[in-house]
This record gives sequence, structure tokens and C-alpha cells, in this order.
Amino acid sequence: MVHFVIVGLLVVASTLGLGLFLTNAPILPLQASEQAITVDWLFNIHWWLIAFFFSLITVFILYSVFVFRRKRGERGDGKYVSHNDRLEIIWTAIPIGIVLILAVIGASTLADVERRDANALTVDVYASQWVWRFEYTAEVQTEAGETILTAVSTDTLVLPKDRQVLLRMRSADVIHSFWVPEFRIKQDVLPGGDEFVRELRITPNLEGLYKVRCAELCGQLHYAMLADVQVVTPAEFDAWLAENAGDCNLGDEQCGQRWATTYGCTACHSLTGESGVGPTWLGLFGHEVSLSDGSVVTADLEYLHTSIVDPNAQVVQGFQPGIMPQDFAVRLTEEQIQQIIAFIVSLQ
Amino acid sequence: MRFLSTGLVRGLIAQIVGTVVGMALTMAIRVLVGLPVSSTDAALQQHITEVHVVGGVIIGAMAFMVGVGVLDEWLGWARGKPINENIDPDPSKPNWMRYFGVDFDHKVIGVQYGVTSILLLGIGGLMAVLFRTELAQSGITFLNSDIFEIMLGYNSEHLFNTLMSLHGMVMIAGNLLGIGALMNYLVPMMIGANDMAFPRLNSFAFWINVPGALILVSSMFFGGFDTGWVGYPPLSVRAPLGMEMFLIGVYLVGLSSIAGAINVIVTVFTMRAKGMTMFRMPIFVWAALATSIIQFTATQMIGLSFQLVMLERLFGMGFFDATAGGDPILYQHLFWFYSHPAVYVFILPGLGIISELLPVFSRKPLFGYKAVAMSSLGIALIGFFVWAHHMFASGMSPFLRVPFMYATLLVAVPTGVKFFSWVATLWEGKLEFPTPMLFALGSVVIFLLGGVTGPPLGTIATDLHLHDTYFVVGHFHDTMFGGFVFPFFAALYYWFPKLTGRMYNEKLGKWHFWLMWGSFMVLSNGMLLVGLLGMRRRIVDYDPALGFDFTHLLITIAAFAIFLSVVLALYNFIRSARKGPEAKDNVWNSRSPEWHIPSPAPLHNFPEPFEVVGEPYDYGKIDSPYVIMPAASATGHAHAAATGKE
Repeated sequence: MVHFVIVGLLVVASTLGLGLFLTNAPILPLQASEQAITVDWLFNIHWWLIAFFFSLITVFILYSVFVFRRKRGERGDGKYVSHNDRLEIIWTAIPIGIVLILAVIGASTLADVERRDANALTVDVYASQWVWRFEYTAEVQTEAGETILTAVSTDTLVLPKDRQVLLRMRSADVIHSFWVPEFRIKQDVLPGGDEFVRELRITPNLEGLYKVRCAELCGQLHYAMLADVQVVTPAEFDAWLAENAGDCNLGDEQCGQRWATTYGCTACHSLTGESGVGPTWLGLFGHEVSLSDGSVVTADLEYLHTSIVDPNAQVVQGFQPGIMPQDFAVRLTEEQIQQIIAFIVSLQ
Repeated sequence: MRFLSTGLVRGLIAQIVGTVVGMALTMAIRVLVGLPVSSTDAALQQHITEVHVVGGVIIGAMAFMVGVGVLDEWLGWARGKPINENIDPDPSKPNWMRYFGVDFDHKVIGVQYGVTSILLLGIGGLMAVLFRTELAQSGITFLNSDIFEIMLGYNSEHLFNTLMSLHGMVMIAGNLLGIGALMNYLVPMMIGANDMAFPRLNSFAFWINVPGALILVSSMFFGGFDTGWVGYPPLSVRAPLGMEMFLIGVYLVGLSSIAGAINVIVTVFTMRAKGMTMFRMPIFVWAALATSIIQFTATQMIGLSFQLVMLERLFGMGFFDATAGGDPILYQHLFWFYSHPAVYVFILPGLGIISELLPVFSRKPLFGYKAVAMSSLGIALIGFFVWAHHMFASGMSPFLRVPFMYATLLVAVPTGVKFFSWVATLWEGKLEFPTPMLFALGSVVIFLLGGVTGPPLGTIATDLHLHDTYFVVGHFHDTMFGGFVFPFFAALYYWFPKLTGRMYNEKLGKWHFWLMWGSFMVLSNGMLLVGLLGMRRRIVDYDPALGFDFTHLLITIAAFAIFLSVVLALYNFIRSARKGPEAKDNVWNSRSPEWHIPSPAPLHNFPEPFEVVGEPYDYGKIDSPYVIMPAASATGHAHAAATGKE
């Protein structure tokens, strides 16, 4: 009996120590969304359960190791106890109860995390190897005074604070996963079109800079598939959206550069002469290019255009076919393509 | 010179020849049906090469099986030759040759499994050490070395992805072979059988692993692959040729699992000694049975899912391609339907070893034998209803996730029963701590860590944060080290005297334990911590701004220490097998039947069958024998007869 009293006290002490440590130590990222508050609340329940069960078993084992070890010169066997039905029923039934309660809590926190807000801001998320692109719909005034809807495409996810955002996500190639650790929850992004669009709802509640980090292995540059996230005040958000809405009213080269960044071209095609997943753009225009079928062509305007809209038609030697998305003919307007070509031409 | 005439060498030569012939055959078939055999188009040429290589590799694997000689008996029977009833080894050949060719003795096959397992675990471990070196600090600083680029033609990112992916699957193959070793060597001796039910099938089940493992590892030299061990399409449909080697290799190892499992199930059900009811079997046999049931019924699913990926790659059948009417999530369901239960395939035998050893070294009965036995079956059963917990973030039906959460958390109940029973077994015992006991206790603590880190992954909301992070990696390594690696070493030390008749070096064994246990604790807790803080899994480089550099350095140092400790253990085993002091009979004073016959066990384990008259774990009870061993089989007599000193 004395043994049980000592072990009991040790288990209580160890549970308290471990539980307080786990619930107070900085072992989770910053909490930057409403959903994170719910998730972290559930984490705390887990930390206390972990503290208790880990303590229970290890304290018993350590106590046995020190107290019930065979003393020097001691002979014979341990106490003959083969089973105890009542004890075994107890230690099966109580865990079943705990597990069921935990599952009910788990289901209700899930409902909380996925709660829908009718007023949510919709952002379309496009993932492809190895870039993120975000599309907003904005209202703009034309010169004639009409209000029209236009799309704002960007490589930075800008979000207003304290408003739920509904991310509608699709992938152009393989499975990716949208995750901002500070927001906690993640969702895989699937290829396959409308049927496979997946949604994620997040309510950011802390201004700051974060990063989307692709969480599902998606090939060679998976580790570098990041995008900036900026949580700003609603007023700042509206201003940002208005500023970026509408056409690009810069020169062709500057607009081309903007599309090359927002549509992810520069993730694979360097502007510095270094060879990446795709050929560099520096000094490309007007020079000869060896293709994988052995032929040599000159990189003229027509070649550049074909390479953008039908990348598998002429694959440069030493590079893999099929990596570059093949839907730029639909995703970009002809004007945007011409502006990107103008940008490439300028890189001499 | 005699080595060159062993089955292994003949098999390898046949495999090489078979692969070349197979490629030619595939090419010929393509010509006959009017398909091109070469093309100037790079993408098409790549595809044609892939078809030829796959054809060659499959024929090569078959040729290995013919060359090694494992099909001789069946092929002879098919040709109408009488069956050779006497499958004893040829006495004119030296004993060592039995291990390098086809042999039907379950103990030899057990050793074959064990050595191959250790080789694979070593290769997989080496891969881990390589990419852990890369991860020791942020930035890509090691795998971008020119040596790798020259040897394999990979860039650093692809090399990391390949090493990391292969590490996973090579280790899993190593685990499967490891449990194959334990089950083959121990089950017949524990239940009083002289061999497995189907010795020829047993030999087939082992040998198919050899071409399987070779093809799997060879994927390094066929361009590698970058999908992780899970091989999710569409990524696996786009990966280089190495992907095919991975798929075929695992397919063959899976075939071994199925064939081996049938053997264990039939052996356990039909070949037990007189008086050995199901509830009087040594507890490890229950674990082996539960594991075999899973292997026998679930392995088909991973074979099927890999086969579908192969068909999609080779023939353009769009099972997982949405534009062709397929569904990428379908693969994940098929894959995890095996691959979750597979985890229990590795751990159940390990937990069986713990349950087997704790009573011996506590000198007390295994507390609640029946509940422990049933909990293995319980884990096996529930394990079939939890697969979708790997897919909470996958985009599967959101409501279906909830029942899978309930089922997942329920696994804690039978697992808890095991922990409580182990604690009760130790309580008021007379504990001794030789190396096997240290490994058993070490397993319990590590597996406990794996157990308690499970529920946060089981509840969906917290899993949406933890999924695909190092927390999962840490949790998984806890379960694998606690459920397989540590118990496997416990078993190796514990049955080493049985296997060799000699003792291992106790001091080196203890060094091994403390070095490996301590390092593993650092490694796994480090992984859990960075995972919680947001470290994604399967990345070659991480953002230095996250502040993970120091923890990653510790994890890498720990990984090196674990590798070193295993080298220490192998040195101990090899040296002790040759020069160790001769072991006493029944050195651990165990009640289990395998310890009541000579060590090493004679060719036919029990010249005369024994009878079971009591409970297996009645330590501490006077006058309650478990087995009555006839004089012809028992230690003293048989030993004397074997050495000719009677």
C-alpha cells in the first residue's frame, strides 16, 4: 500500500510538472487566426492527457526499476499474480470513456474551425509547381463612370484582419497543400478542375507578415514553394485592392515583368543567367537554342510565343518536358503574353 | 570458389541475363504489334525506354527465382516428376552454403530473413545519415557536392527527395524482413513444430525479397524518384524511371508478405504441440498470428494501388487523372488501406517480444495474458478502420473524417491494455537488467512516447496543423523504434545464445543500448518540437528565420550516434558468434519450449514431440510445469547425443 501512495504522489507531481511545461512552453507558432485559438485550446487538452498518461506509465516503470530490482544475492521469483479481472475491466473501460469524450470534443472543435461566415471574402488560389498565385475580384470605376468587376492577380496573399476569407483552391499539376503555420489549419490543393476545387476558411486576427508553405511533397522545388502573406487592416486592404485593380498601365516591359512574377515564371526561369528548372531568360532572345530532338533554332519572337503557349513543342536540350504548365494560352490574355515576350526581349 | 556455385550467385546471374532477355522480348512484342521501339521525340523516347526496362526488370525477377532454384520442386512436379519428400539439406555440402541457397529449414530461412533485414536497415540508415547531414544546417551545403552529381546525375533537390523517399521504403522492407526473421525462427519452436507448414512456400517467400530489394534500391540508378514512400499520383505518374523500380520492388516484397503470412497462419492453427490450446501459446505467437492476418488480408491493396500507377504510366490508363475521369484521392484510399495496417504489422511482433521478455526478467507471470493476446487482435481489427486519418487534409469527404477520428482514437484502448499489463507485470517482480531487458524497457518508454503523440494527430482540428510536419515524422519514428527497432534488438540479444550457442558481450550490449536510447530520445523529441513549430516534412532546406538550425544539428548528431551504436552491435554479434563464451542451456531460465532443447537447435527441432501441461508464464508458482520435454528432445540428453559424449 505504501508503494501505491508513493507512486500516486509521484504521478501527480510529474503530471503537474509536465502539463504546466507543455501548456506554457513556446512550442507552437504565433497564433494569428480565430481558428488557431480553437486549435490551440484542443492542443492544451492533449498536453494534459499526454502529461498524465506519460507520467502514469513511466513513473510506475521507473519505480519498479529502482524498488523491485533483484537485490544482491537475492534468489527466487517474483510474486505470483497472473491477472485481476476487475482491474483489467477498469483499465479498459476508463480509456474507452476518455476516448469517446475526446472524440466528441474533437468533432465540436472541428465544427468550430470550419464555421462559415456569409460575409467571407473569396480568394481563388492557384497552385502549380512551384508557385502560388492568388486572384481577387474587385470593383473598379471605369472612365465612363460604370462599375465593373475585374480580377486582381498577385503572388502575395493580402488579407484584411478580422474578416473570414474563403480560399477556393485548385492545382494545375500535382497535389499541393496550403498551410500558413500561424493560421494552423491546412488543406490539400488538388488538380483536376472544378470538381476538385477545395475550400479553406481562415479568419486572420493579427496583423503581420507570414508565409504560405506548401505542405504536400510536390517534386523538386517543393521546399521552396512559398508565398508571402500579409494581414492588414480592412482600410489598408481596400486601398491595396483598388491600387492593383484594373489594367497594368505601365510600359510593356514592366507589365511583362509583373506578369512573369505573379504567374510564377521566374520561379523556374532565372533572370541572372543561372540554369534553373527551366532555361534562363537572360540573353535568350536572338540566340541559338539546341533542342532535345537535336535540332538548333533561333529564339525569335515566334519561338518565345510557342514556348509559352505550347511548352512541350520545342524542349530545350537538358531540360525535362512536361514540367511547365501547359495552360498559359487560356490563363493569360494575348496582350499579357506579348508583354511577357517584351520583358524577355529586354533581358540582354 | 564454392561461393560461386551457391543459389544466390546463380540467381543474380540469372537475373542479369533475364533482364536483358526481358528487354529484348518486350522490344520484340512492340515490333510485332506495330509500336515504335525508338523515337526522336524526347518524351516519347523516354516512355519507350521505360516500357522496355519495366518488361526486362519483371522478367529478370522471375529469372532470379528460377536461377536460385526455389522453383525446382514445383517445376519438376509440373513436369510429372515425383515429389521429393525428403527436403533435408545435402550433407555433402558445407553448412555455410545452406545460408546462401535454397534451404527449407525454418531456422535457416529465419537467419536469411534476419541478415537481409539488417542489410536493408543498414542501407536505409545510411541514406538517412546522408540526408540528415544535409539537414544539419539551413541552406543546401552537402548534397550539392559534385561527387553526387557525377555519380548519379542528380541535382541536390532531386537527390534529397530520392534519398528521403528510398529511406522510407527500404526501412519498411527491412522491417518486413525483420519480422519475417522473428516469426520464421521462433514460431515453430515455440509451438512445438519441426518446421513451418509449407517449407517450399517459405523458401519462395524469402527469396522473392532478394530481387525485390535489389530492384527497389536500384531505383537510385534509374533517375530516382521524388514522391516520398507514399508515391501519391499525379506526382508519381510524372516522376522519372526510378519510380517504376520502386513500384516493382515493393510489389515483390509484398508478394513475400502474403506468402509468408499464409504459412504462419496455417502453422499456428494446425501444428501446435499436444495440449497447447490457443491460450497456452507463448504470447509472441499471438502477435505473429495477428500480424500475419493483417499481412494476408491487406497487402493486396498496396500491390493493387502500385499496379494502377504502373498501368497509368505505361499504358496511359487514367485511374488517378481527373481529366481522364480518374480521381487522385482514390489512390490515397487504396494506399492507406494497406499502409496503415502495415504499421501494426511492424509493431505487433515487437510488442509481442516485449510481452515475452518482461515476465522472464521480472520472474513474474505476464499480467492478464488473455487480454494481452486479445489486444493484439483488437489492434489488428481496429487498424482496418482508421486509414483515412492519413487523409484529414486530403480533400476527401469532410464529414467522413469524423467516424475515422472515432475509430483512430479507439486504437488507444487495446494499446493501453498492453501498457497497463506490462506495468503490472513489472510490479513487485524481481527485476534483472541484462541487455535484452534494457531494450525491452527502452522500447516501452519510446513506444509510449509514440502512443501519447498519437491523439493530437487523431483529432482532426489539431491534425490540420500537424499533418505533413516533423511532428508526424517524430511520432512515426517513435512507434517504429519503440515498436520494432528496439524490440528487434531485444530479440537479437535474447535469442543470440539460442541461435549461436554462444553469449554476446554484455558490456558492449549495454553501451549499444544507452547510446542508441539516449540519442533516439534527442532525435525524436527534436523532431516533435520543430514539427509543432512549423517544420514541414520532406524538405531539403528550411528557412533559417524559423530558428530550427540548432535543433536540426542535434537531430543530425543523434542520427549519427544511432548509426554508430548499430555498428557497435553488429561488431558484438559477429565477434561473439565466433569467439563468445559458450552459453549455458536455457541461459535466461525461461519456461518457453525453445529453451528446453539444445542451442543451437538441432535440424529437426524436437526429435520427439513435447506435451503442454500448464500455463506458459507461471513464474513464481511452485510445481506448475509448462511443457514436459521428452528425453530425446530435451537439453541434456540431446546435447550429449549431438556432441557424442554420452
